[in-house]
Amino acid sequence: MMTKQTPLAVNVLCLFVCGLMLAASGCARQSASAAGPTPSGFGSTIVESSGGKQIGAAGSILPQPLVVQVNDDQGNAVAGAAVTFSGPSGVTFDPPSGLTDSSGQLSTNVILGGMAGRYQLVASTMTKAQKKVEIKSEEIALDYQRRLGQLLDDKYCSRCHNPESTPERVSNFDNLEVKPHAFSEGDTLNKMSDADLLSIISHGGPALNKSPLMPPYGYTLSKTEMQALIAYIRMISDPPYQAPGMVYAQK
Amino acid sequence: MQSSNQPRSSLRTKLFGDPLRAFAVVSAVLLVLLAIAPAKNHFSEWRHYQKGYLRMIRSRGEAVTLQRHFQPGIQQIWHPDIGVTDRCTSCHVGLKETSLTDVKFQPYRKHPVIPHTTEQYGCVMCHRGQGAATTVEEAHSSTLAWEQPILPALYIESGCGQCHRANLEGTPQLNQGRALLARYGCVQCHTIKLPDGGMMQATQDAPSLSHIADKTTREWIFAWLKDPQSYAASATMPNFKLKDDDIRDISAFLTANSTPVAGDTLPPINQKAADPTAGASLYGESFCASCHAVQNAAGNLVGGNVGPELTRIGNKAKPEWVRAWIRNPRTYDPGTQMPHYRFNDQQVATMEGFLLAKSDSDFLANVHLDPATPEQIAHGKSLVMEYGCSSCHEIAGIKKPENFAPELTRIGGKSISQLIFLPGMSHTLPDYIAGKIRQPRAFAPGLKMPQYSFTPTQIDALTTALLAQNDRAQSMPPTLTVPAPPRSHYRPAGKAGQIMSDLACFSCHAINGRGGDMAPDLTWEGSSVQRKWLEDFFRNPGTLRPALIRRMPKFNLTSEEISTLSDYIMTVYQTPEFDRDSMPESGYSATQIEEGKQLYYSKYACQSCHIVDVKSDKGYIGPTLTGVGSRLTASWIYHWLKNPQALRPGTVEPNRNMSDDEAKSLTAFLVAQKGPGTKEAKK
Repeated sequence: MMTKQTPLAVNVLCLFVCGLMLAASGCARQSASAAGPTPSGFGSTIVESSGGKQIGAAGSILPQPLVVQVNDDQGNAVAGAAVTFSGPSGVTFDPPSGLTDSSGQLSTNVILGGMAGRYQLVASTMTKAQKKVEIKSEEIALDYQRRLGQLLDDKYCSRCHNPESTPERVSNFDNLEVKPHAFSEGDTLNKMSDADLLSIISHGGPALNKSPLMPPYGYTLSKTEMQALIAYIRMISDPPYQAPGMVYAQK
Repeated sequence: MQSSNQPRSSLRTKLFGDPLRAFAVVSAVLLVLLAIAPAKNHFSEWRHYQKGYLRMIRSRGEAVTLQRHFQPGIQQIWHPDIGVTDRCTSCHVGLKETSLTDVKFQPYRKHPVIPHTTEQYGCVMCHRGQGAATTVEEAHSSTLAWEQPILPALYIESGCGQCHRANLEGTPQLNQGRALLARYGCVQCHTIKLPDGGMMQATQDAPSLSHIADKTTREWIFAWLKDPQSYAASATMPNFKLKDDDIRDISAFLTANSTPVAGDTLPPINQKAADPTAGASLYGESFCASCHAVQNAAGNLVGGNVGPELTRIGNKAKPEWVRAWIRNPRTYDPGTQMPHYRFNDQQVATMEGFLLAKSDSDFLANVHLDPATPEQIAHGKSLVMEYGCSSCHEIAGIKKPENFAPELTRIGGKSISQLIFLPGMSHTLPDYIAGKIRQPRAFAPGLKMPQYSFTPTQIDALTTALLAQNDRAQSMPPTLTVPAPPRSHYRPAGKAGQIMSDLACFSCHAINGRGGDMAPDLTWEGSSVQRKWLEDFFRNPGTLRPALIRRMPKFNLTSEEISTLSDYIMTVYQTPEFDRDSMPESGYSATQIEEGKQLYYSKYACQSCHIVDVKSDKGYIGPTLTGVGSRLTASWIYHWLKNPQALRPGTVEPNRNMSDDEAKSLTAFLVAQKGPGTKEAKK
């Protein structure tokens, strides 16, 4: 009797376990399909409303949320369209997906990855014909050195090099006879070598036959600080800066 | 039984029947066993990563250099004095290779540039994790139960805070977190001991409630306690999520417990604000917005955060109290950061009218309180003690409780097994700390910690600052720590000292390490400015920097007060760096002045930031220099030109490393700038 009952019990247990697993997998499939709420609207294009081209510390939450808008063929905002955000590994979105609100927009908080660099973020939505349309936006994550550069820029440089004024802080850009270059002006700054930049920061404009309106900072900033500033300028450059030798290295 | 024994015995004979065969079998087993150890080593994870590294560098231009730097085998950084045994560099092989900054995948990317090297302090000091481990899983511990998992990059600045007790230029998040701990009164309830034996101190004292009935009504206290942020979005007071009946009783107790202060209320002043716009312009002229914020029509806060937000002040303050407060705030609160403006009757009436108009008609519309019963008052008192209100607020008859909340000195090293997590929360210490700050009451019923309205960025900053409070920080050898500069308790002496505290100079200006950073440091003001200018400035503070929205207000000082202050500043606030008479104030030759002008406009291009001639110069980053010869002393100008940072550390003006002669000529030119309306200016 005992020997007969044992396999029966085992069989029952097996069946039970199998049943459980099936149920679990069923649930998993169900929850996967129900992850995004069902869209009530479909657009044909997706555009970025705000929140692109921000600069934040690596691993931190960006100061402004990323906001995208879904439009239809006529360019009208579409409410209830499903939008999914994605990015390179390390980036997280809160929320990672959702439906657009009544103004056709969906906003998400972006937490940058731990590695410094440029992060390409993608927001996508499905059209009525189940075609995927997407919009790319780029955010920049700074490491310690570039963050220091950013702080130095804010303290010493941006009052002249950044033409934008705020009530708290009026730009000096318009007052200068020779206009300084914004640090994101890659077309100009990328042509200058690190040595050139170091030279103009430490010895001032005349070092490169440029305007004396740019004063020398070599007796004010340390070499580490100037290098941090250069690293920051390189990072925020648009178009992106390619270090010499990179092309060769990537071969 | 027998049948089951049969095959086993046959197997035994097969293997061990013959002694030779038995020997062969045993040898084979032994060999396999012996091979396990080297095989385990051979297939170990770090070897796999090192091979991968060698494969990766082969395709790079600088392969030979990288190959030469590569050292096979387990690498270790060992510092027994600070408890560092880190083998991370066994897999993270390229940490020091400058050319590997472009590598997109770990573990081969170069470490970002930081002020320390990995050899100095190892890795776990900042990143946490298990330094001695040689597998990814163990070292980084994505497994949930590990005590020291890798710290997310978001909180990396907490590593700096373990040794650096003062604010660091490169760690804005840590600095912000520490400032928030001090400003939001966290350290009033939670003790945070510092390794040097001191304690983290609050930077802002909540107002005393001992005389609150003079200032406001019971109804306002009720509305405030119910939701402080509904009164002022920027309020630092957290929401205690109290029941209406409890709030009724607390407001009853605070009102009943309040004692009047002589002179903190005034009868109406028989003056009428002639011009309805006079209030706004007086508010503007007095630069109230430098410290107080008001919500504008768009819902944005405009103004400083030194004093409380004034958007709905008319709902809060009683007219008789506002009057007395504007007249002299020190009557009600001797320690307030608000200056005593010395307004005349007309100005007090104008300001009173302007402030009281800032109210929201429906803010208190739904608050109706019956007169308090003795039971309610007694219950209110017990609630005030239960919630530790007197940790932050002075309340007559109730002592500040000690050890009211758990000590947070070592919270950043707390073992996860000691924590209770919310369901669905990831089991890591940073998430626990952030979760506790985000929703403190969710963790257990009956918790008293109030609900703050921090932004996600503020929560991250606070978590960073708290993670720096750990065992390592407490036991770091003193030679490796960078202590915070001692807190300055400087107080100017005598009659001038009294005037200075009456005017609350330290709310904006710093002197000898104490005070705010809104206005210039005055530690060496006596060496810097001319006495006549200083007296004129007290009488009528003009602006030196047209682009700034914050300015020194006019305090209506008497001639005697001005003279006392000027005497004190001119004698006491002198720099030891130079003698203020070391340069002549006049008598520079015309050639020298002309030479200085040339240097000013061409070689040093000072006009990019300063204005000497209002017609041609436009720069306004630095102060206007049109009357600098009437304002600054010649010796200050000279030494400033030689090295600005030596006189005021951290100032933006770059050091131009100019020669003595050049500095003298420029001084001659600047000293000649006596200001509009004078002879020299016309030249």
